[in-house]
This record gives sequence, structure tokens and C-alpha cells, in this order.
Amino acid sequence: MEFFNVFIKSAFIENMVLAYFLGMCSFLAVSKTVKTAFGLGLAVIFVLAVTMPINWVINEYLLGETGIFGTDLTFLRFILFIAVIASMVQLVEMVIEKVSPSLYNSLGIFLPLITVNCAILGGSLFMVSREYNLSESVAFGLGGGFGWFLAIIALAAIREKLRYSNVPPALRGLGMAFILTGLMGMAFMSLMGIDPTVYSVGN
Amino acid sequence: MAESATSNIVEVKEPSFPFGKKEKQLITDPLMDNNPVTIQVLGICSALAVTTQVFPSFVISIAVVFVCAFSSLATSLLRNNIPTQVRMIVQLVIIATLVTVVELVLKAFSFEVYKQLSVFIGLIITNCIVMGRLEAFAMANRPWKSFLDGIGNGLGYGLILLIVAFFRELFGKGTLFVGSPAEVFIIGANNATTTYWINTAAESGFGSYFSWYANNNLMVLPAAAMFIIGIFIWWQRSRNPKLVDIS
Repeated sequence: MEFFNVFIKSAFIENMVLAYFLGMCSFLAVSKTVKTAFGLGLAVIFVLAVTMPINWVINEYLLGETGIFGTDLTFLRFILFIAVIASMVQLVEMVIEKVSPSLYNSLGIFLPLITVNCAILGGSLFMVSREYNLSESVAFGLGGGFGWFLAIIALAAIREKLRYSNVPPALRGLGMAFILTGLMGMAFMSLMGIDPTVYSVGN
Repeated sequence: MAESATSNIVEVKEPSFPFGKKEKQLITDPLMDNNPVTIQVLGICSALAVTTQVFPSFVISIAVVFVCAFSSLATSLLRNNIPTQVRMIVQLVIIATLVTVVELVLKAFSFEVYKQLSVFIGLIITNCIVMGRLEAFAMANRPWKSFLDGIGNGLGYGLILLIVAFFRELFGKGTLFVGSPAEVFIIGANNATTTYWINTAAESGFGSYFSWYANNNLMVLPAAAMFIIGIFIWWQRSRNPKLVDIS
């Protein structure tokens, strides 16, 4: 039950892109067509779902005071997490290059940039700060990736429709994507519930 | 970008002169017509996260210029010796090392600033601009050019950061330049612990004339940064219609 809760929460209520605004660069740059957005979305789901449990194991058994080395090594967390993510992304890149060269070309520089996609490192750091256990972190990885996937598909679909509408010429393309994301984010904030630290109303 | 007659002569003699026309373009282009944030779509996450206040954005910009320039230089020097299968890990190690250098320098020389910014400095590692330029430029170009490209892109990023932070801090918090330790620049009032240019909540100084202003909490949310960058793109592309990408 806990697995399902974490999945729903990370996919919808605490959506990586629309609630926390993480992983914006590739979200905005690759959402031109649904087809490429679909490919990148799948790659992000895969990388998040695989790196999350690996990083959980690293954090639990290597870095903590109860780990193998018996000392507090948490200052290595950034470097180790990033190294795991980079190697996973490198793997994904090689697979996509072999399997679908057209997708590889349309993703361009944004495929290696999944490494520095804040949603992925951010996910691992959230996992640590929220003290998830192994199954919860798998759920969080899958859910977070799924939420990211849904968000980029939604934006890509809106942008495909927008191509036939009467947007001011200078705002066409990227400019409109920025404003749309802002609006979608504001809509998603209503899902976060009433949390005084988020809204900080009053002076 | 008017070129003087002398630099043209130099260019004919030595095409790769350290400050020829192409090298100048490497610095000036990313400021506007090839801006990393608004044209190349890199480094947006941090443009949303840091820009609630001007001063942190200013420090982060300087740090990014430094990291960007020197990681481009290092990657470009090593580019022929990096196997493609492990290039991302190599690039990230270079970036992480430089970011650690920035962090330690700040810690040693300006601890106040370090305390304000500790998390965001670490996050420069995941700033797509740095790795994006390494992938797109430094892996294929000579060291000096890559170095200049790094500086140019860092500056272009800083420009956007400062513009967004200016509007967000002024309209969202009613202040400007809160927390800046540089007493020299102070125009507004100063209440011992924090310094600022403008503060509408202060009892004296320039900002106090605007005490009628009620802060707009929307500007503090990340969504506001999206709107401000969107409007900036609108202005930029109506100024130069060639930049519009139809898709």
C-alpha cells in the first residue's frame, strides 16, 4: 500500500516539473513534438527508476555511519550519486544510438544532458532527505519519472496544437512554452495542499 | 559590433589572433543572440531557484562564469584523450572539482556569503550550461576558443539571472540587493545586520517613500520566473525576428 501511495504522490501531487520546477531545460527544449517528448520521457523514467535504488543502496551501506566503512562519508554523496547517474545515462545513450538513430539525432545534446537533469539528482536527494526505504525509493523513482513523462507529453501536445493558433510571432515556440509551463505550474500548485511554507502569505 | 580597420588587417595576417573578430563574437554572441537561457534553453532550473534575490544571483553568476570558463579550458585540453564511452563522467569530475574550488574559496574569504549560498553553489554541478557547453563546444574546439566561449556563456547566463532577480526581488519582496556585504554600493538605509539598496519596509532611506507598496507573493513563486523569462524572450525576438523558431 505504501508503494502505491508514494507512486501517486510523486507522480501527481509532488510532480517534479510542475510542482518543483526541476528538470526544466530538457523539458522546454525537447517538447516540440510528442514523438521526441515520448522518447525522452521514457529515458527519464528508466534512468530515475534505476538510479534511485542504486543510490539508496550506496547511501545506506557505503556512506552512513552504520555502513561498511563505519564513518560518516556523506560529503561524498554528490559525487557518487552523480557518477551513478552519469554511467546510467551513458548506457541509455549507447542503447538509443543503436536502436533508434532518428530519436538519437532529434534529442541531440539533451540526451547526455539527462545527467545534469535536476529532476534526477534532485530525486535522489529527496529520497535521502525523506528517509524512504528501498521499496519506497523504487516507487518514488518510477512515480517521479512517470510524472515527468506525463508533464512533457502534456506540454508537447499543447505546443503541437498551438502551432495552428494565432500567437504573436515573437512569442511563438519557446516564449509560449515558458509562459505555458508557468501557468501549468500554478495549476499544479493547488494539488500541493495548504502548506504555509510554500505560500508564505503575508509580509 | 563595429570592427575597426586595424583589426581587419590583423585578421588577414593572423586568423587565429587571440582577440580577432571570431573570438570577440564568442563572448558577445551569448549575451543576446545566442543566449544560453533564452535561445539554447540551458540552465533554467537554477534560473528559477536562485533568482528570488539579486545578490545571490550575482554571486552565482560570477561562480558560473568561472566554472564554465575553466571547465571548458580543461575539457578542451583533454578532448583528444577522453574516450567517448566515459566522457560524461570525465566532464562531471572536472566540473565537480571546479565547483568544490569555488565553494572552498568562498568559505575561506567570504563566509557570510557562503552561509547564504551553500546549497546553490553545490548545485552548479547540475547546471546544464556548464556541461551543455562542454558537450556542444569544448569537445570540438581549441582551448583558447573554448575558454572564451565559457566566459561568454557564463556572462549571458548571468545577465538573464540578474534581470529576472531584479524584478522578482523588487516586486516580490519590496527590496533590492538585500544581504550584499559591499557597503560601498549602498544607497538605501542600513540596519546593522543586513544591507540593501532599497527596502520598502525600512523606516528611513529611499525605500521608505514606497512603504505603500504591498508585496506581490506571486513573484516569489518559481512560476513568476517562467513568466519573466517568457516576456524577455518576447522582447528579444520582436527586436530580432531572425531568432524566432517556428515549431
